[in-house]
Amino acid sequence: MAKAASPKRRSSPKLKKDEALKYYRDMLLIRRFEERAGQLYGMGKIAGFCHLYIGQEAVVTGMQACLKDGDQVITGYRDHGHMLACDLDPKGVMAELTGRAGGLSRGKGGSMHMFSREKNFFGGHGIVGAQVPIGTGLAFSNKYLGKDNVCLAYFGDGAANQGQVYEAFNMASLWDLPVVYVIENNMYAMGTSIARHASETELYKRGISFEIKGEEVDGMDVYAVKKAGERAVKHARSGKGPYILEMKTYRYRGHSMSDPAKYRKREEVDDVRSHHDPIDGLKEQIIEAGLATEADLKAIDKEIRAIVKDAADFSLESPEPDPSELWTDVLLPVEA
Amino acid sequence: MSVDILMPALSPTMEEGTLAKWLKGEGDKIEAGDIIAEIETDKATMEVEAVDEGTLAKILIPEGTEGVKVNAVIAVLTEDGEDASSVSAAPAPAVDKVSPVAEPEVLEAQAAADAPEAQILTNPDIPDGTTYTKTVLRDALRDAMAEEMRRDETVFIMGEEVAEYQGAYKVTRELLQEFGPRRVVDTPITEHGFAGLGVGAAFGGLRPIVEFMTFNFAMQAIDQIINSAAKTLYMSGGQMGCPIVFRGPNAAASRVGAQHSQDYAAWYGHVPGLKVVAPWDAGSAKALLKSAIRDPNPVVFLEHELLYGIEYDVPDLEDYTLPIGKAAVIREGSDVTLVGYSRCTGFAMEAAEKLAAEGISAEVVDLRSIRPLDMDTIVESVKKTNRIVTAEEGWKHMGVGGEIAAGVTELAFDYLDAPPARVTQKDVPLPYAGNLEDMSLPNADDIVAAAKAVCEGM
Repeated sequence: MAKAASPKRRSSPKLKKDEALKYYRDMLLIRRFEERAGQLYGMGKIAGFCHLYIGQEAVVTGMQACLKDGDQVITGYRDHGHMLACDLDPKGVMAELTGRAGGLSRGKGGSMHMFSREKNFFGGHGIVGAQVPIGTGLAFSNKYLGKDNVCLAYFGDGAANQGQVYEAFNMASLWDLPVVYVIENNMYAMGTSIARHASETELYKRGISFEIKGEEVDGMDVYAVKKAGERAVKHARSGKGPYILEMKTYRYRGHSMSDPAKYRKREEVDDVRSHHDPIDGLKEQIIEAGLATEADLKAIDKEIRAIVKDAADFSLESPEPDPSELWTDVLLPVEA
Repeated sequence: MSVDILMPALSPTMEEGTLAKWLKGEGDKIEAGDIIAEIETDKATMEVEAVDEGTLAKILIPEGTEGVKVNAVIAVLTEDGEDASSVSAAPAPAVDKVSPVAEPEVLEAQAAADAPEAQILTNPDIPDGTTYTKTVLRDALRDAMAEEMRRDETVFIMGEEVAEYQGAYKVTRELLQEFGPRRVVDTPITEHGFAGLGVGAAFGGLRPIVEFMTFNFAMQAIDQIINSAAKTLYMSGGQMGCPIVFRGPNAAASRVGAQHSQDYAAWYGHVPGLKVVAPWDAGSAKALLKSAIRDPNPVVFLEHELLYGIEYDVPDLEDYTLPIGKAAVIREGSDVTLVGYSRCTGFAMEAAEKLAAEGISAEVVDLRSIRPLDMDTIVESVKKTNRIVTAEEGWKHMGVGGEIAAGVTELAFDYLDAPPARVTQKDVPLPYAGNLEDMSLPNADDIVAAAKAVCEGM
């Protein structure tokens, strides 16, 4: 079985109904959205690279619950889940995937490049690891401007081997910048398993020589994520500098849509899916705690499916960008 | 045997310096490693250590002397037991000029280029009657940053040695004292990291000035400059402006070898989403740097180490800026257009003077910006002169000159009386040996030769 999903027992917090149902809904939205994106890719409606987040939903959902207004989020190219967690409009995200005028980047960014200043989502970056110094720079701006905001900089286990990640760690720690590095360790850097790509596979230790605290978290358990996230965010927000959270998680789909995933066994995926799925796990907890019935949750599922259908419809109905868009947004005008 | 103590060269570009202070007096015993004097270059004050042992028999250059040439004999050391009075007190003349204010260090090749100040044509923006102050380029750049930092609290500078050390080339001198460590930030040696951090800070509402100790080191950071700074506005459908300046010395310095001597104008000039500026004189450099800092887009600002110590006239105008993307005709002529940027504009001015002596009237266009490239000004000039020579320190292959030649061919083909000519660095990594370095780099004579060739049969 994959080491990804921690064999530890799920955290057993006292669930509050509203909170539990919100996480359930948020994770389900990502799941259904990504399933639909995969389908549209198969139909040729989405092109290029498309990296699905299915299996990792608890990470962004739990972390987002730790943030307050003005906190920033930045990530790499497996970014649809982060956008939805940041409350970006599913229609705008899906229409960007289909390359239409109604997309969040008006069709000019695609799957890996969406942003929202309003929601403090800073992308969506296609170069592995590049978001880490940029996120550290967002944290630098928070400190410079005297804001008590924190930046969450997400990256994967593959990106954890990039040199610029450590350049950023060094400066963040040296200057006590309010940034939380969230390593989404889904066990595979594209097709290379962590055992084959990392000399130190416990990635939360990667900050030790920079004096950055790190901890390992069961990234398949939204409550475990939230608990660790609160600790990390509090640390960063209080001026103590950066913090590393290594989320042990797993992606069910290939690296991208074009990945046949020959580097792992079907049984490995099936095992995680049947025993460690973040959504199924929360569902059990909700029912056990008597916060909702199977029927209540079905109703939520139906609601989510409707949102996703609307997003898909919108993404196919929205026109392609006007040809004039080719030439816009290269440079901003200089104020007189 | 007495030993001559010579004026040491303390930087690759130093040709002379000030003997600021003697720490040993005549008759003092000296051991190898003792600090005997302090010497000021235009960049720093340095201590001089004794190499040999003995007695300081005679000080030949008194402290406070300016303009002491490298390798001049500054003192004489005698070995133990030797009679100090036997030392000759008549060394070769060590000082060219003992004026109260020494001229800044000027490379010989530069001197002629920069002397004819009267030939810098009045910029249309500069009102008649404007007075000028002689300022070295490094100070003009510093003044531009200081003025913009006073004007806008979100402007800050970061880079290697910009704060406590006062700048590797002293371009950030005294900024730390005025603005403090929050806004003048020493970074680790980590170009890729701090370039990316700067981009993030720009996304976060600040206006970073990122100094690269040289642009050669920015190759470590070029992914962040291009993929993150230049492209994100487009990829975000116009949401993510990145107001940032990447600046530092570009192209050759002096005898620092291939990895420290590259001109990146063509590299950055290739990329939509960037603006690229490469000024020559201190007045335009200051005005353009102020514009770059205010620009809402990422600007690559290419300076030149060999120009930092050169004095130019800077107009005494409050808040004087120049538009990025506009070239300037800085010398009028009728027979051939010489186009240069950065140090090569100086060579073009020098060449124009030499050509004038041979009856050829050259017009000099100072490009100032590489992107946007002001083809209008170039084409207008070519329509008048019908001939063009470009000059750059970059390589010819896929270079700035090639782009200008193509543009002129497209836009003014019928006006050309000769094919465009390009003066560039030779197509080799820059060699270290002095003679080979000279052969590799473009100079005024190369421009003269190219201009005469295109004017042949005129």
